[in-house]
Amino acid sequence: MIGGFTKRLGRELNDLKSNPAVGISVFQADDFRIWLIDIKVMDDNPIYVGKKFRLQFRFAPTYPIEAPEVQFVASYGIEIPMHPHIYSNGHICLDVLGSGWSPVQTVASVSMSIQSMLAGNDRNERPPDDARYVAHAPISPKNTRFVYHDDSV
Amino acid sequence: MSDASDDYDDDYGPGSDDGFGYESYEGSDYGDDGNDGFDDVKPESMKLKPYEVAYEVLSVGDIQRQQDKLIEQVASILGLSNQNAMSLLLFFKWNNDRLLEQYTEDPEGVLKKAGISIDDNEEFLYELKPVPGFFCDICCEDRKGLLTFALECGHRYCADCYRQYTTQKIVDEGESRNLTCAADCPVVMNDKSIQKIVEPAVYERYKTLLHRTFVLDNEHLIWCPAPNCEYAVKCDDVSAKDLTSVVPTVTCKCNHKFCFGCGLPDHQPSICALVSKWIKKCEDDSETANWISAHTKECPKCRATIEKNGGCNHMTCRKCKYEFCWICIGNWSEHGTSWYNCSRYDEKSGVDARDSQAKSRASLERYLHYYNRYANHEQSAKLDKDIFVRTEKKMTQLQSTSGMSWIEVQYLAQASAALQECRQTLKWTYAFAFYLERNNDTHIFEDNQQDLELAVENLSSLFGKPIQELAEIKVQVMDRTAYCNRRRENLLSDTAKGLAEGRWKYQVQIK
Ligand SMILES: [Zn+2]
Ligand SMILES: [Zn+2]
Ligand SMILES: [Zn+2]
Ligand SMILES: [Zn+2]
Ligand SMILES: [Zn+2]
Ligand SMILES: [Zn+2]
Repeated sequence: MIGGFTKRLGRELNDLKSNPAVGISVFQADDFRIWLIDIKVMDDNPIYVGKKFRLQFRFAPTYPIEAPEVQFVASYGIEIPMHPHIYSNGHICLDVLGSGWSPVQTVASVSMSIQSMLAGNDRNERPPDDARYVAHAPISPKNTRFVYHDDSV
Repeated sequence: MSDASDDYDDDYGPGSDDGFGYESYEGSDYGDDGNDGFDDVKPESMKLKPYEVAYEVLSVGDIQRQQDKLIEQVASILGLSNQNAMSLLLFFKWNNDRLLEQYTEDPEGVLKKAGISIDDNEEFLYELKPVPGFFCDICCEDRKGLLTFALECGHRYCADCYRQYTTQKIVDEGESRNLTCAADCPVVMNDKSIQKIVEPAVYERYKTLLHRTFVLDNEHLIWCPAPNCEYAVKCDDVSAKDLTSVVPTVTCKCNHKFCFGCGLPDHQPSICALVSKWIKKCEDDSETANWISAHTKECPKCRATIEKNGGCNHMTCRKCKYEFCWICIGNWSEHGTSWYNCSRYDEKSGVDARDSQAKSRASLERYLHYYNRYANHEQSAKLDKDIFVRTEKKMTQLQSTSGMSWIEVQYLAQASAALQECRQTLKWTYAFAFYLERNNDTHIFEDNQQDLELAVENLSSLFGKPIQELAEIKVQVMDRTAYCNRRRENLLSDTAKGLAEGRWKYQVQIK
């Protein structure tokens, strides 16, 4: 652990580029502060078929001791995926990003968790409290104390 | 051992007011067992009054000892190492009953759930050591000689990463009881492993957090709520389900007197459930009620503005010398000796209220009646205290000239303390009475309340006298102080017995 954790992020980036998981690709990673990762849902789930989504990872100097800040971002032709645990501002309610984080998780493992969370979903809808949450949400999803939704949805 | 002495005790038990300690009448036991026969003899003054509970004030050191004792107890019952017993206790939030129950049912399952590997019965050492060919999955470092660290599960990372991980959990997240392995793994970090890996200051922080959970998780322990106080109070006989039949009041070593059940300042004789209802009601209705507690009122005769500057309800207008009652603004002389009737809200005349306004208005008035008296005592207690502080200052100044010694002015301190305590009690009698159903028992309660009111006002009126006079009426002040304390004891004893017997009926549902 010399000079922060740049070595770890360098290695992760290397792995993501040289040995990418199916449907997960690096869109932008110019520094060790913000990365943009594109994901596709590989099976033919009608909610997401043919679509691409973009995750933004923000790393604090304490990453990976502390979890990265992860959310979906919209861009030209890229929308926030519909999901009962994903708010329309891109915030995701997933325990791995908060209390379930451990330093052995990686950008790749988090991306895959989110990918499978989408794959397993059959409800084309937002969380029931979406409007209220988005109106009052903190800028960083890490400042939200999520009560994690039931994973069996 | 004859039973006669036991029967005797029943007749003159804790309920007797005589204070002569009949319990020491154990003639037949005397010398029987070669003992001096006085082991169990306690003077009456040491026995608990009906409204008192047994408790113990614990320092941080005491809490540590209790924690250690519990760990050793569990270790010896289950035949585990202290380390593993502690991990189990942490997993079960210090609830050893639940732990023992579940462990006897399914030991392997419980150990697995708590993330404890029992294989290594010898003490696990948590060594910081280099491992050949090691690669740290957290920071991706693989230097030669890199120190590494792992728990029983063997998930090994470099010592720096493990230290930073553990420190972040303790310092930033305030975690202590549920601090697990750095990998996605349920193995719990115990006291020993944490001490090995973090800086001493962080370890101290961990111990503090652990003490905190030990107290918070234990229903028989509570932290003293006074700011900066580090004591906890232990009360073994009181559980949450008892809070409708006792008002467990404790005094910390820092002198703060509070309720063990809810942590609020002393609220005897009212039970916790009614106290929280009352506070909520006062918050909701504060706007309507605020004017009542205002410090100033007009003289009913000459309209001069009068500020209440002492705790006594007997007001004399400075301008026209008209004497009246602060509570009801009625003429003081017409109150006669039964002036304290104004502490009793006349339910009957309330019902027969001439202007048969809406019921809501009557209920608001009923509430304001009680709130007014409740707030009045709160305010009067403050004013009494101010008077005492001023008097104390003057006394100190006068000591040299009057020849009065510090000891001699202590009767004023005692009087002041009695006033504070009695007003605190009176205050809550009004919240209690507000919720009481009207029946014969309620009348007895209100009679006790009025007796205490009278005693308090009598003492308080002496208190406002000029300092020269105060020295002359020392005996009177002392008598009235003692009387106040006795009235308070009577009221609290009777209410507490009523609670224990389930004698009180409330107008609201309590749970
Ligand atoms: Zn490391
Ligand atoms: Zn582990
Ligand atoms: Zn205290
Ligand atoms: Zn209470
Ligand atoms: Zn006047
Ligand atoms: Zn009156």
